[in-house]
Amino acid sequence: MTPADLFALPFMQRALIAAVFVGIAAPAIGTYLVQRRLALMGDGIGHVAVTGVAIGLVTSTSPTWTAVVVAVLGATLIELIRERGHTNGDVALALFFYGGLAGGVLITGLGGENASTLQSFLFGSILTITIPDVLVTMVLATVVAVLCLGLAPQLFAVSHDQEFARVAGLNVRAYNLLVAVLAALSVTVAMRTVGLLLVSALLVVPVATAQQVTRSFRTTLVAAMGLGVLASLGGLVIAALASFRANVAPGATIVLLSLAVFVLTWPLGVWLRRRQRARVPFDDEVPADHAHAHDEDDHAHGEDCGHPAVPHGDHLDYVHDGHRHAPHGGHYDEH
Amino acid sequence: MTQPPDPLPADPLLPVRLQDGAVSIEGRPVLRHVDLTVGAGDFVALMGANGSGKSTLVRALTGLRPLTAGRLELFGTPLDEFRSWERVGYVPQRTGAGSGVPASVWEVVASGRLTRRRLLRPLGRADRAAIADALEVVGLADRAKDGVSSLSGGQQQRVLIARALAGQPELFFLDEPTAGVDLPNQHALAESLRQLRERGATIVLVAHELGPLAPLVDRAVVMRDGRVAYDGPPLADHEVHHPDFGEAHSHHHTAHEHRSRHDHVPSVSAPLTAHDRHDHRHDDRGGRR
Repeated sequence: MTPADLFALPFMQRALIAAVFVGIAAPAIGTYLVQRRLALMGDGIGHVAVTGVAIGLVTSTSPTWTAVVVAVLGATLIELIRERGHTNGDVALALFFYGGLAGGVLITGLGGENASTLQSFLFGSILTITIPDVLVTMVLATVVAVLCLGLAPQLFAVSHDQEFARVAGLNVRAYNLLVAVLAALSVTVAMRTVGLLLVSALLVVPVATAQQVTRSFRTTLVAAMGLGVLASLGGLVIAALASFRANVAPGATIVLLSLAVFVLTWPLGVWLRRRQRARVPFDDEVPADHAHAHDEDDHAHGEDCGHPAVPHGDHLDYVHDGHRHAPHGGHYDEH
Repeated sequence: MTQPPDPLPADPLLPVRLQDGAVSIEGRPVLRHVDLTVGAGDFVALMGANGSGKSTLVRALTGLRPLTAGRLELFGTPLDEFRSWERVGYVPQRTGAGSGVPASVWEVVASGRLTRRRLLRPLGRADRAAIADALEVVGLADRAKDGVSSLSGGQQQRVLIARALAGQPELFFLDEPTAGVDLPNQHALAESLRQLRERGATIVLVAHELGPLAPLVDRAVVMRDGRVAYDGPPLADHEVHHPDFGEAHSHHHTAHEHRSRHDHVPSVSAPLTAHDRHDHRHDDRGGRR
């Protein structure tokens, strides 16, 4: 069998379709989670969804739908607990992590289910995805992506500055709950692709990669969605091609590929941030005494003189060997 | 100072009217018997020592902090029924930590336009013009595409003012706009506020010290220990901090407003949780000045 034959197989085509939709939806909602510093929320919801899957398996109903219901309930509860402020957000998440996972394992065992069935949800089984599953994936992923893009101004405002959003008359609680529910939906959508234990990677890693090089929210959101598709499609293709020689799990290759892209982008981000920090204006006041800078062989600071020019009040300081030289008359002052 | 014994009839021309307002934070009374009326076009400075309740008062006026007693009307409408939030602009205290994802100056300012935008509608020409105008007023038009995190603290404060400005409100609440801002930026800020005043905006700002804003203020309200201690023509900074106005009580009060603890969970990251943390941060910062 050639690679071309492999991609012609129906199960492979279903997997490719699912991968594209998951790659679009997960980073879209992930951007808002990262913005409000809830990067691990997807993980918490994923663990809660394990219980949902187990309930589905034991009661012989569709694990996808029971996972959706339980994940949405769990996400809503996490959000409400966080909003109350009685427990820190991360502690509330931790409680759900362990409760959800333990509940899922317990229920599966009680129902006499084979642990390997549960495992296909924990680590993904995109190649066994059925046509109804593909349809559910497409519908839910479209809902998530459309709401994330359509309500972007509102969701951005609420995630950026909650108090300002409240005074602007937005229903902050409703939008917070919406983000939680959308996160739950994208977790269950991604469950068949990368598995519940790896799902947060698809929500968060493309966003982390995108923001290494972006300056605005909109480009981060769009770039993260592009990187998400790249990772999920690329990971699937790598796993499929590698399957001629070895048993490669697509969930793992998808996550590792997106991490690899992050690792490649990270040094660029470090360099860009360094450069940006060097240009932040100096905020302190101009010293009243004029300390003359050391004479520097009649070097004249100016555009492209090789020394970073940083705004300082009404003038520019030139950063020179750790000193700040400010032009003053025919010489330079130390600022 | 007005101290009405009975609720007065609603007056839609008065931007703010608070009668006998009280605020408790977790059962502890912070504001008591506060009466404050702000007329259209007023430029009011809420002043006072740290912990005197001036920030709490402005948060109560915006509805962020619920009143435990009293009656608050914005433009003649009781707060519970008030829906015309496009008439109100709020400039919160600048928080040190940025958000997790980069945002450009233009995007932050554009979010101030939300009060006037319908759901799922793209930005119209009027929206873009208002955003551009707001950036112009604070003098940051050339930085529109830059990331907010690449600006200095004073410039970030001006971005927050532009955000409120973009909604074209009539009434502005500013919480300590000059705190931690260097002198050149304070002058830029004062210039922006002067333009707002000339356009007829009503401005209520919280300030520890007025500095370059002093010439703009036409009325000072000095808070002391949760009550209004003075309401009248502007005072010089040193008069506000006269012992009679409660500076001596400040440390006593901050000690009382001790951290709210609900359980024994270590207080690690919680960027968006309880609002009272915000107050504490403000108190801490104010205390260092």
